Amino acid sequence: MSIPQSRLSDHAIEQFIGRVLQIGVLVAAAVTLAGGILLLAKHGGTVPAFAPFRGQPAYLTSVDGILRAVRDRRSDALVQLGIVLLIAVPIVRVACTLVAFVLQRDRTYVLITLLVLGLLMYGLFFGTGAA
Amino acid sequence: MTATTFALIVGGGSLGAGMLGALTGLGGGIVIVPMLTLLFGVDLKYAIGASLVSIIATSSGAAAAYVREGFTNVRVGILLEVATTMGALMGAALAGIIPNPWLAVLFGALLLFTAYRSMHARADHELLTKPDIWSVRLRLDSTYPTANGKQPYSVQRAPAGFALMFVAGILSALLGIGSGIIKVIAMDQLMRLPFKVSTTTSNFMIGVTAAAGAGVMLHRGQIDPLLAFPVTLGVLCGALLGSRMLGTANPVRLRQLFTAVVVLMGIQMLYRGLTRTI
Repeated sequence: MSIPQSRLSDHAIEQFIGRVLQIGVLVAAAVTLAGGILLLAKHGGTVPAFAPFRGQPAYLTSVDGILRAVRDRRSDALVQLGIVLLIAVPIVRVACTLVAFVLQRDRTYVLITLLVLGLLMYGLFFGTGAA
Repeated sequence: MTATTFALIVGGGSLGAGMLGALTGLGGGIVIVPMLTLLFGVDLKYAIGASLVSIIATSSGAAAAYVREGFTNVRVGILLEVATTMGALMGAALAGIIPNPWLAVLFGALLLFTAYRSMHARADHELLTKPDIWSVRLRLDSTYPTANGKQPYSVQRAPAGFALMFVAGILSALLGIGSGIIKVIAMDQLMRLPFKVSTTTSNFMIGVTAAAGAGVMLHRGQIDPLLAFPVTLGVLCGALLGSRMLGTANPVRLRQLFTAVVVLMGIQMLYRGLTRTI
């Protein structure tokens, strides 16, 4: 069985994905840093407690809630937005891989990549962990 | 301790962990959780959430450099990610149920195993080009750049590698670690990928695995902005600095230092878990 000629070489795909990852991490880090500075400027003098585990207020635990709280200029939500962007980086990278496999007309790997993408989306948008 | 002081100290510690992780190739993720819980008294559940987020940052940043050199096997990576993301979603679900002392014991055992593995340096095994049925069917075979040009290699035992990757995914989300050590065992020893390909493909996959788990942690409130912010930025800056210093520092010394830290933390975690004081 002969393998059909690829339109894009695997190497070109990898190079492109590498760039996307780097830029994504930098943007996410910048948002996290901005949020962190604002957060400390406002609450830097308080004494935080990280034990025992109490969870987070509802507006910090979903993509939806975080976006709304950022619009209300909440600095803790801005940090959380940076973290959501960071979680999105590998998702974008899987999406890029999907596009590459579509261009290569590689049906098997389009399906495999779609499955990974679905699992990641589930984790970020619906992941209640109450399995 | 005020929030600002805490952020500065935790940020500094995370920077050191990220730097050591990058310099030794062992990854800083494994020492973040013990550092936060043992030194700063942070609850394991928050520590695991912050650590998992920081791992996404370092693996995505570091993977970029290697990917440009053409070491990563994207097909192997995406195939195994099916296993690691499923494992991570399951591990993250379990992390909310399993009591802290049990997690601490598991963590301690994994730290000691990591130290044991890092003391036994591997020799690069010889490459196989014998075709394997799964590898042919899924077109996993590839080439990688060497001094003598492109070197072809064949991928063995894909189903066994897939199964071990599922376990790696569970552990990653359960403990907030990259599980790089298990990912490399699966790819290096079971699937017989060349050493450079297995480490870079593993690094590439760690971010995706961690992202799956981190999504669930976010929903469960395990990601605290005041903690995740200094940890993530500290580890990221440390990893970037560390990879710049790769040529100048003494890797053998650093590896010994890192291993000693890992052993001490492993014993502490086991003790705290067994005495139920965590």
